[in-house]
Amino acid sequence: MRASDLLAFALSALRGFRMRTLLMLLAMAIAVAAVVVLTALGEGARRYVIDQFSSLGTNLLIVLPGRSETTGGPPPLLGTTPRDLTLADALALNREPAVRRVAPVSLGNVEVSVGARSREATIIGTTTEFQQVRQIEMARGRFIQTPEPTRASAECVIGRKIYREMFGNRPGLGEWLRLADRRCRLVGVLASEAHSLGMAMDEIVVVPVAFALTLFDSESLFRVLVEVRSREQIAAAREAVIHMIRVRHDGEDDVTVIAQDSVLSTFDRILRTLTYAVAGIAAISLVVAGVLVMNVMLIAVTQRTAEVGLLKALGSSPTLITRLFVTEAILLAGLGATIGLAAGYLAVAVLRGLYPQIPFAVPLWAALASVMVALATGVFFGLLPARRAARLDPVVALARR
Amino acid sequence: MIELRGLGRDFLVGDQLVHALRDIDLSIRQGEYISIMGPSGSGKSTLLNVLGLLDRPDKGQYLLEGEDVTSLDDDEAARIRREKVGFVFQFFHLVPRLSAADNIALPMMLAGIDPVERRERVQRVLNSLALSDRGHHRPDQLSGGQRQRVAIARAVIMNPAVILADEPTGNLDTQSGQDVLRLLEQFNAEGKTLLVVTHDPDIGGRSRRHIRIVDGAIQSDRLQ
Ligand SMILES: Nc1ncnc2c1ncn2[C@@H]1O[C@H](COP(=O)(O)OP(=O)(O)O)[C@@H](O)[C@H]1O
Ligand SMILES: [Mg+2]
Repeated sequence: MRASDLLAFALSALRGFRMRTLLMLLAMAIAVAAVVVLTALGEGARRYVIDQFSSLGTNLLIVLPGRSETTGGPPPLLGTTPRDLTLADALALNREPAVRRVAPVSLGNVEVSVGARSREATIIGTTTEFQQVRQIEMARGRFIQTPEPTRASAECVIGRKIYREMFGNRPGLGEWLRLADRRCRLVGVLASEAHSLGMAMDEIVVVPVAFALTLFDSESLFRVLVEVRSREQIAAAREAVIHMIRVRHDGEDDVTVIAQDSVLSTFDRILRTLTYAVAGIAAISLVVAGVLVMNVMLIAVTQRTAEVGLLKALGSSPTLITRLFVTEAILLAGLGATIGLAAGYLAVAVLRGLYPQIPFAVPLWAALASVMVALATGVFFGLLPARRAARLDPVVALARR
Repeated sequence: MIELRGLGRDFLVGDQLVHALRDIDLSIRQGEYISIMGPSGSGKSTLLNVLGLLDRPDKGQYLLEGEDVTSLDDDEAARIRREKVGFVFQFFHLVPRLSAADNIALPMMLAGIDPVERRERVQRVLNSLALSDRGHHRPDQLSGGQRQRVAIARAVIMNPAVILADEPTGNLDTQSGQDVLRLLEQFNAEGKTLLVVTHDPDIGGRSRRHIRIVDGAIQSDRLQ
């Protein structure tokens, strides 16, 4: 029998039993669409997180006080700090040629107030460089200026939400803010850039690092952000930073230096794994669809017993009968997969319209794999009913109807 | 062209062995027209099925055109059915979703014959059966007589040597039955061997050779 005839005959059988065909197409299509949509969600999440990290600035090294025992892993949550990481340490890093910018960061919580209004807020003490390193945009005014980082000039920049809470509708630039027992002049308001690395930029106060250290009455920095001149220099710069601090700390290795890259690749790996896991779960629905196809094909063989007997009487070998039914199953799986792909891509397009900030995308491997698995399921689960049809005794099959 | 020697076929029904055919010796020449009669359950259908290689005998030997076909494997038996045998059934057995033309073309499609040639041959046979305007009709849009004529067209489309008709008029009124039988006889006149199983003595009486089967054995085999 010719391949084109095989296909045409299988198609005529599928058209002849419309309800059953539609049901099986639906099962296959839903399964494939599930794989497509779920992996697109996973991939979207991955890209979103990667984008967020990348927006922190590329070529970034983060220096934390405290030594990490593991190498290359995430930073220790509770590092014991044998020696402070000081502002002088941070400024010394500027002497390293591979380093473009250094932004020391100190962190604390104090009470912020204007007149009678007050609230707790997170204070970040840093330098002008912080703006470039973290790519921060201003809603109004300017960022803090620290031509001499060690001088505690009394100016500050605040997030939008705090600005609203402190000043309401009244203009606040140039006004004084009280931070605990000190005052600073408001010079700018941060643009509302939702979240950056888990910190709500809306609710922070940024002051010069020297001001913050006196405010907290501390010598110790929270961390130091180091921007390296180029990607290729990251490894060398990391070694240089570690070396410089060691020299300054009497030969003790008491800081951890994380490359932004390694954090990125860790997240990348985790989210990829998650996407694979989700794809695997969705693939189970493909197998369920396959079992359904098998059951419906078995019913089909029973209902078409007389037809199978006739085909044998007209000279079909058992092999040919098997091929006829397997072709039907593959056709069903293929058509179902195609519909599922289309529906899946459509759903992803709709999602993208609804949440434009998340870059949903169907990974090519997921699309290909779902179609392949659908076809393989079709063959596998189509084989048993086809075999049963091929073994039918034509005499019995034709006897009565 | 057909030689049966000591042919036997048994069925196990429950725990009882039924001898559907016992010790059949039969010789049929090319182009013969034979009617087979006998009571219900006497083994007529079983004989046709064995002759058409749909069923295998348990005993004896079957020679078809000089070739021993007693124990061919499934694929070879299928090939012989395709090339040498045309079946006509009491219940027509047309594929309901296919048009009359597609039903007639079915054996050629299974044999892998070119679609263009298929269309030509189907058109020719439709014309000769006065069914040319019915080619695109589905079976449920045809009368019983028309359905059986389509089934006969399907049986002869591969130009077989033997036509095996099992009660071909059993489901038809007298007039359509006569038409159908005349059609079969027309193909017999062209040289095809024709075996017709029937209950109807009027129909049985039309052939030259009569075989009567009782209880699985040939009771009489007469020429008239
Ligand atoms: N597939 C089968 N399984 C069991 N018994 C069968 C089968 N086919 C025929 N028989 C038995 O063989 C005998 C002959 O049947 P059959 O050839 O159909 O008779 P007829 O066609 O003359 O009415 C009957 O007793 C029938 O019950
Ligand atoms: Mg019978």
